[in-house]
Amino acid sequence: MSDEKPQEIMFAQACNMAMARAMADDDKVILLGEDIADKEGGGVFKVTAGLSEKYGTDRVRSTPISEQAIVGAAVGSALVGYRPVAEIMLMNFITVAMDQLVNHAAKLRFMSGGQTSVPLTIRTTTGAGTGLGGQHSDMLEAWLAHVPGLKVVAASNPADAYGLLYSSIMDDNPVVFIENTPTYFTKGPAPAPDHVVPLGKASVPREGTDISLITYGRGVGASHAVAEKLAGEGISCEIIDLRTIAPFDEETVLKSVAKTRAAVVVHEAVKNFGTGAEISSRIHEELFSDLKAPVGRVGSGYAPVPFSPTIEKAWMFSEDDIEREVRKILG
Amino acid sequence: MSNTQMADKDVLLDIFTRADLIMQSDRRFRKMIGAGQLQIVYYPVRGQEVVSAAMMAAINQDDYLVTIYRGLHDQLAKGIPSKDLWAEFAGKVTGTCKGKGGPMHITHPETGVMVTTGIVGSGIPIANGLGLASQLEKDNKVTVCCFGDGASNIGAFHEGLNMAQIWKLPVIFLCQNNHYGEHTHMRDTTGSKTIAQRGEGLGMRSVRVNGNDASEMYAAAKEAVDHARAGNGPTLIEAMTFRFHGHLLGDTSHYIPKEEMEQAREDDPMPILRQQLLDLQVSEADIAAIEAKNTATIDEAAQFALDSDYPPGDEYRIDVLDVEIAA
Repeated sequence: MSDEKPQEIMFAQACNMAMARAMADDDKVILLGEDIADKEGGGVFKVTAGLSEKYGTDRVRSTPISEQAIVGAAVGSALVGYRPVAEIMLMNFITVAMDQLVNHAAKLRFMSGGQTSVPLTIRTTTGAGTGLGGQHSDMLEAWLAHVPGLKVVAASNPADAYGLLYSSIMDDNPVVFIENTPTYFTKGPAPAPDHVVPLGKASVPREGTDISLITYGRGVGASHAVAEKLAGEGISCEIIDLRTIAPFDEETVLKSVAKTRAAVVVHEAVKNFGTGAEISSRIHEELFSDLKAPVGRVGSGYAPVPFSPTIEKAWMFSEDDIEREVRKILG
Repeated sequence: MSNTQMADKDVLLDIFTRADLIMQSDRRFRKMIGAGQLQIVYYPVRGQEVVSAAMMAAINQDDYLVTIYRGLHDQLAKGIPSKDLWAEFAGKVTGTCKGKGGPMHITHPETGVMVTTGIVGSGIPIANGLGLASQLEKDNKVTVCCFGDGASNIGAFHEGLNMAQIWKLPVIFLCQNNHYGEHTHMRDTTGSKTIAQRGEGLGMRSVRVNGNDASEMYAAAKEAVDHARAGNGPTLIEAMTFRFHGHLLGDTSHYIPKEEMEQAREDDPMPILRQQLLDLQVSEADIAAIEAKNTATIDEAAQFALDSDYPPGDEYRIDVLDVEIAA
């Protein structure tokens, strides 16, 4: 095996394979969403392509443009033993279905005293940098992470996407799985067919000794680029890919920062009130006296996602921002 | 109403038994809250007993129900044991949901009560999911989804009914039209003359009935259930009714004109149904026995609720996720 060239797949393909696997493993897995069946094109980004041909339109259902109804149908079927995977085409559209997600999916297990549960998965995609403007590219994970009872997951590469989406579908809690539009067609090493990534477990894709870069989703790629550049100057960055944003893997994060004694949290979402605030705060609460400097945060600016490329670029988190923050902390 | 045949005596007795339990339970809740024995927010159901009792008499225990914060009548009619329900209303550990749901969030899967929501209109999309599961499972179950007239003005109603219709889901949407959304009359909030018209506009089989007439309500319910079980899809039933004690307990109904309230009291479904039974040669003694049995059930349930313990505080860490949250 080792001398064979590793096969590569795209992020979107990995998601498709994870759903196909879940549908083959469990006939209670059903898919709902706008345009997701093959007759309608297999999803606007083709992530569900081929699945309705294989599993039928009873299990792979194109829906009206009705996000409340989509998530509601997922909640109801999940209450009686199904594992629905609802595609909310773009993350901004989740706002239309927040009542179903926040007041119902997240709370019914608790409010029923554990008599029912809602094992649904919401798949959604988003991401700025391609001129989609203010209502098609927001990162809203902090909204969701603040809701007790919801799990929030984001993959940074195709193999993790495959393993994490499968785990999300098979998890007995409601999970929002965030995909990234600009990297849908980016390739990475293909996972083994039985590859699984457990929820709640971060990975350490790069080990280092001087500072921990704690990130997820597209922040991982940007952090790798910065780490590579700084390595040339003898600065050793450790990268933590959270993979599950909520609840996050505190053990791995704290262990890393206890070693490096410095940290920056990096995310694409708006910095103010972002997930970085919670993670940074937890580190300060546990490791304050060990830190070389206060934990840094990198995120996008306090504004809606701008349209014009010049403003969008200025607004968006960048490798330069990460580098500057690392130098400030280690300076 | 006048065109509907009188339901069988046994059916009417069944409806009366459920409706009387609801009426007496409502009365007892109001009394105990008024006396300070219970400290809860309560949405009275007096006046809407027959709608629920007739609907639930037309379905089975394993059929699903989704209802709302004004739900005591639906929950009792569907068959949740009074002790479990009372204890949950009181927030006790012996309640249906260990005291973690409360009156606005009752769940009891054993009797098919899957969701009680405190958010107007939100049960409708969820009922579709239950219906979808039944359709895929081919289990021949129906889902009854209860809501009020106010819910037809929220988006979930339109999204949900549309989806149910295009997928021909086995769901009965039971709009209990008591004329008032909180304190505002329907004529001041609703552009269409009836709720049934809105169902028709969404392509759905829709009927408007006198929900306070047991026979007419039961006939409409039965027809909708048969239609759904035959795979022909959903029905919207707009059941006309009234609530005598306002939006929530303490509401004096000052916004309801005196004549309207007087007319509603004349049309009170409970004495009418009782008289219908007498007319069908059910003896006063037999009716009194049903009422006494319901009273005893409530006596026992209320005492059980008062005597039960509150859940331990640490209970908040359980049932958030499928694993306990660390302290």
